[in-house]
Amino acid sequence: MALLDHSTREEVRQHRFHPAVFILAPLFAIFLQSYLPLRHPGFALVDLPLCITVYFAVSRRNPVSGALLGTGIGIAEDALTHFPLGMQGIAKAIAGYLAASIGARIDVDNPGTRILMMFFFTLLDSLLRFGIERLLLNLPMEWFFGHELLRAAINALVAVILFSLLDRLRQRE
Amino acid sequence: MRSTATTGTEARMESFYSRYRNVLLLVAILLAQIIGLAVQVRRPSAAGSGDTGQVRLIRYWVTSIVSPLEEFFLWTGHGIRGAWHGYLNLRGVRNQNLALQAEVDRLRMEQASLAEDVRQGQRLQALLGFKQQYIYQTVAAQVIGTSGTDQSRVLLIDKGSLDGLRPDMPVITPDGVVGKVRDVFRHSAQVLEINDAASGLGVILQSTRLRGILRGNTEGQTEIINILPDEQIQPGEAVITSGGDQVFPRGLPVGVVERVVNDPERAPYMAVLVHPDAKLSRLEEVLVITQIGNTLPTQEESDLISSEQRAADVLAQRLPGQDTGPQQTKLGPNGKPLPGQDPNAPPPPAQPPQPLHTDRFSPMGEPDASAASSSQAPMSAAPSPSTQPGKKKRRASVPTAPATAPATDAAPAQTLPEQASPAPAPTTPPEAQP
Repeated sequence: MALLDHSTREEVRQHRFHPAVFILAPLFAIFLQSYLPLRHPGFALVDLPLCITVYFAVSRRNPVSGALLGTGIGIAEDALTHFPLGMQGIAKAIAGYLAASIGARIDVDNPGTRILMMFFFTLLDSLLRFGIERLLLNLPMEWFFGHELLRAAINALVAVILFSLLDRLRQRE
Repeated sequence: MRSTATTGTEARMESFYSRYRNVLLLVAILLAQIIGLAVQVRRPSAAGSGDTGQVRLIRYWVTSIVSPLEEFFLWTGHGIRGAWHGYLNLRGVRNQNLALQAEVDRLRMEQASLAEDVRQGQRLQALLGFKQQYIYQTVAAQVIGTSGTDQSRVLLIDKGSLDGLRPDMPVITPDGVVGKVRDVFRHSAQVLEINDAASGLGVILQSTRLRGILRGNTEGQTEIINILPDEQIQPGEAVITSGGDQVFPRGLPVGVVERVVNDPERAPYMAVLVHPDAKLSRLEEVLVITQIGNTLPTQEESDLISSEQRAADVLAQRLPGQDTGPQQTKLGPNGKPLPGQDPNAPPPPAQPPQPLHTDRFSPMGEPDASAASSSQAPMSAAPSPSTQPGKKKRRASVPTAPATAPATDAAPAQTLPEQASPAPAPTTPPEAQP
């Protein structure tokens, strides 16, 4: 219960970052997402841009900025694929919005919370993308539940490491 | 009164907006993107890339930001790996060079042996009015990135419109077909792989000559769709491009048949799963075919001719009975050439090939005419042509093997001493001379 409650307003304060971090971290994540599967095809299971979206959304704790950040990162990801722009933008906008809303209510600095949160958001992102592909774009996509569970678990583990690295970039108050 | 009501409405609106501001902004963001999606789906461009101008611009921006980083990392990695491998492989270069030279010689001979078939094929194709496509020009490109997701099988290469790339150009490796160029930017381009669900490729099964369309499925496998269940397709059969898609030239290797499976989406048709020849998940360099023609390229034509000439040289070096030059003449203990090793001596006359089954018409078994007349060898039981006028020379060369004895047994005993003799055989029998 201690993980999910904020007893004081001090605990829900926004974390501050250097403005360059907001630009360079997503760009670097998109670069790694494009580059690493070339050397290790299994890396395509990891969704680094989603991790970045969730991390900055829960850190800023502002739903609108979370949605905008998710939109920007998602559209940049779409630009590297052959899909229409906006497919991942919609999914990540919703993920960013919800992550920021959750970040304002629970303690997201705990590793256990981060694992659960990232697991949930990866599944949500996959579900949203599947819905957009099948319902909006009528693309021949299939839902493999085992594959999505594995993907969510891997992303949750990667996110714990990545979030602890990004914590070091916070500005001290 | 009216102003009071208006003020109340505005206050309510303001409180509604302030209360649901975040949700309203989220809905606005999502609506904008959904409208953008609808516009993109409704208005594909005619260039084949499927993008409108603004979308292409966004793709260009993102690619321009990401690709220099990827090129830098690739260049650094290749530099380090190249230096390390260069050092390690330095010792084996000489042996490798010799082995490669031998392989080049072997391939030249193979090419020379196939050259006549090629020319015959071209003549026949010309007679039939068939237009064969040949690869004229290719651009080698480095794969620098991927789409980052396993739902979009797209590669990013480091060559673009400045290198002559255009949308829909075929992309291959020496192993097989990779895909085709999709979006082209100034210094980079996107390649849609053949295992993507949006791809399509005209193929033909090499032995059964069955035609079909190869595409990717949702699991990233390549399959030939719309195959009738009664088709006799065996696993391991080679799949090549058919040229029917007007993108890929005919005859490029695509893959091998893995198995035939049911296709629930297109029942009662079947799908043939194909294992691609190109290693699509581990590509480093690819070739983009930028020019295709209907005649054999000049370079290949000259290669063919030089291979024929070079193959003759290689063959001459390997033949044991050929003159190999003065440096290979064996010398005796007194410093003089051994008998039969004189470099100035004329080469022995060429012997006709030895027949597998000799008969009375075989030239190898003919004895000397004088010996035939002097010896008491039994004559053939067959009617002799000696009575025919004007056939005297020919009659002298008719073999005199006994009719009862098997010809294959008699022939080697007669031909071996003749072949072993270094002296040139008389061209005209003594009795035939005037």
